[in-house]
Amino acid sequence: MRFTLNGAAVSLDVVGSRRLLDVLREDLGKTGTKEGCGEGECGACSVLIDGEVVDSCLVAVGQVEGRNVITVEGLAGPRGELSLLQQAFIEHGAAQCGICTPGMLLAAHVLLKKEQRPDADDVREALAGNLCRCTGYTKIIEAVLSCGT
Amino acid sequence: MVTTSTIGRSVPRREGAAKVTGAALYTDDLVVADAWYGQTVRSTIPRGRIRSITLDPEFDWERVVVVTADDIPGENVVHLIRDDQPVLARVGGEIRHREEPILLLAAPDRNTLEEAVRHVRIDYDPAEPVYALEEATEVYSTINIRKGKDFEDVEGVELVVERSFRVGLQEQLYIEPQGAIAIPWRERGAGSREPGVTIIGSLQCPYYVHRALKRALKLTDEQAVVVQAETGGGFGGKEEYPSMVAIHAALLARKAGRPVRLIYDRHEDLAATTKRHPGVIRHRTGVKKDGTLLSQDIEIVLDGGGYCTLTPVVLSRAAIHATGPYSCPNVRIHARAVATNTPPNGAFRGFGAPQSLFAAELMVEHVAERLGMSSVDLRRKWMLRLGDTTATGQTLTESVGAELVLDAALKAASAVGRSGGRAVKRGRGLSLVFHGSGFTGSGEKKLQGTLAMEALADGTFRILTASTEIGQGTKTIFCQLAADALGVGLDKVDLAPQDTSLVPDSGPTVASRTAMIVGRLVQEAATEIKDRLQRERAPIKVQKSYVQPDSIHWDETTYTGDAYPIYAWACTIADVDVDMTTGEVRVTDLVTAVDCGKALHPVMAEGQIEGGTLQAVGWATIEEIKMKDGGYQNDRLATYLIPTALDAPRIKTILVENPYSRGPFGAKGIGELPMDGPAPAIIAAIHDATGVWLDEIPATPERVLAACASR
Repeated sequence: MRFTLNGAAVSLDVVGSRRLLDVLREDLGKTGTKEGCGEGECGACSVLIDGEVVDSCLVAVGQVEGRNVITVEGLAGPRGELSLLQQAFIEHGAAQCGICTPGMLLAAHVLLKKEQRPDADDVREALAGNLCRCTGYTKIIEAVLSCGT
Repeated sequence: MVTTSTIGRSVPRREGAAKVTGAALYTDDLVVADAWYGQTVRSTIPRGRIRSITLDPEFDWERVVVVTADDIPGENVVHLIRDDQPVLARVGGEIRHREEPILLLAAPDRNTLEEAVRHVRIDYDPAEPVYALEEATEVYSTINIRKGKDFEDVEGVELVVERSFRVGLQEQLYIEPQGAIAIPWRERGAGSREPGVTIIGSLQCPYYVHRALKRALKLTDEQAVVVQAETGGGFGGKEEYPSMVAIHAALLARKAGRPVRLIYDRHEDLAATTKRHPGVIRHRTGVKKDGTLLSQDIEIVLDGGGYCTLTPVVLSRAAIHATGPYSCPNVRIHARAVATNTPPNGAFRGFGAPQSLFAAELMVEHVAERLGMSSVDLRRKWMLRLGDTTATGQTLTESVGAELVLDAALKAASAVGRSGGRAVKRGRGLSLVFHGSGFTGSGEKKLQGTLAMEALADGTFRILTASTEIGQGTKTIFCQLAADALGVGLDKVDLAPQDTSLVPDSGPTVASRTAMIVGRLVQEAATEIKDRLQRERAPIKVQKSYVQPDSIHWDETTYTGDAYPIYAWACTIADVDVDMTTGEVRVTDLVTAVDCGKALHPVMAEGQIEGGTLQAVGWATIEEIKMKDGGYQNDRLATYLIPTALDAPRIKTILVENPYSRGPFGAKGIGELPMDGPAPAIIAAIHDATGVWLDEIPATPERVLAACASR
């Protein structure tokens, strides 16, 4: 099967029923995508499929045939320069233990694509599928708001 | 060159870039060649004995490794306080709770492993379980604190108020589940394997795991190597339980002769690992009609579950904080922790204090109501001030912040909005709490936490500590403290990996002690290095151990004296909306003022407070574990709910700086403090909104509606 991962073409010989999460982590070495519950509740395994936030633990890899997948590893620039959102997460203290951070970043990334100047309620709504136990969400919301233009 | 100190400045998190790019490697991210997958087979009954373990002869066991209690080379004990918890229950041995580990399996792939689990049969002789605290007869520990006279002997009491409170279980719910990878050797240089076991895991306390591993696997200090991987949250949940995971992984790896990955899924983590102790707290308070506090009589019963774990220490903290931050001349506290046939309860942020402070703070409200006084005025009358003594007879000689945080929170709270009409009622509640920073009593003296620091020949410096980064900022703050004392830039300082073969035991990363106690050792080590560099050339290595100041006195037998080196203080004001139709409670706004001594890194200090605050909001409102036959009924993330970004209140944090003379730059530990205040403030806010008092948390819609209906 073939799909695009973080802008690059990927060609794989895998069983289509395997979880996208496992293929990303184990076959493609993209361990930035985390497993928090395996049941689509926590959002730690969030990836983007054709620009939409999806829990990769609930997706069979066969479903991404021909589609465009982005993981946290695809957010920085070509020479590894951090995106504005990534920088804002560091600056505002939005990442503590960091395990939810990849999913949070991807969910926030999509929001900012759709809504250039979101308000706090928009941010809460957009991040509602991603659980964080460290921050109380306050600093995450601040970080995302700071990226509004 | 003059280097500017970064103390008090929110510099970028040390491992921040790795965490936002996905480069940070957590346990399950690590690729270890030829590793097999491990699984724990657990009891399905709450109490009884194992009659037999049968491996289905029809199944091909050739490609599976099976470990039972007979495969333990050392003692069948998970080393902690008491030697009651086995690594694996043995045939004929006692089962004391559901999900108790009995058998371990490892296989080269997950399918074989799952298949193997289905072919294990365990037969039991069940016994009658005990669940109710009132029926429990086995006692793990008791604590009695006595100050002044017995309740009945106190003169001048004009009003006695009695009330009983109940608090529930809570899961830490770190987003990264428990996990360890065991390698049945240790590496000495490239490719050279020496006898021993290496554990790489998600953990707070490398040396706890080290000690447990040595005992169960009969290893020497050198043979046991414990390395912390990047850790996705702990909150106490990765204080003692990782010892169990590590021993299990090590037993499998040893028998398999290859590395084994033992990574829990969320369901297993929720079902089997430790929770916050539930309990019942009964108060009797005697006052004069003008509100003068004369006497407090408090009984605490905590449910320890099936094994002792850290229960006696949790009980101790619960007892010492049970009066609330108030000065009372006559105090009796009777605390006991009992055994029941539920999975063991253990460390969780706050460590007993949230339970007893919940009751203490609501008692202030009840007394104020009976006196017809404002509860804020009553707190001002009762609160501990400089020179006052606590229940253990500790005289507070510095950094007493009760009034500072009360004033700061009241000033910062905006006017309460109008209630949304008949269907939604709005209310506000307040709480005032304190939390002892660092270990209780002689804990630090006994532990003698040690830290080392090296000046290297290339002009850089390295901190060697077992204190772990679990999101709270250890790495960043230690580098700030070292760079400041050395007078060098932050880029010149780094931490050695948290690896027991490299770093000394600076104690566990618990008890709000890391910044305050170990941070001070960082300062001392850096100061000595700087001094020696005047006369000597690098490399230099220095080592610093905690020295208890002569002024601290603690008597373990009478439970009197200086229970903690210092206390941090917080005042929380919570606003809630209560939907009178559904009973749903929504915490909309929360102001919390915290006396942290000194904020070494304000953004991280705020982050700790905000995170702890929301964890407490969850405990107070939605986080409920329902029991069925000694197990947790809602042991999945679909049914155990924690607050999402939509549920979280707007949190306003005010840092009050009120320095402590022995903390680095005056800093006090605040990691656990934010867990204490929100629950009572929320229950008081619900009363303000609805006129009813809840005595039990969480304030679920069922409880709120039932309380309103019975009014």
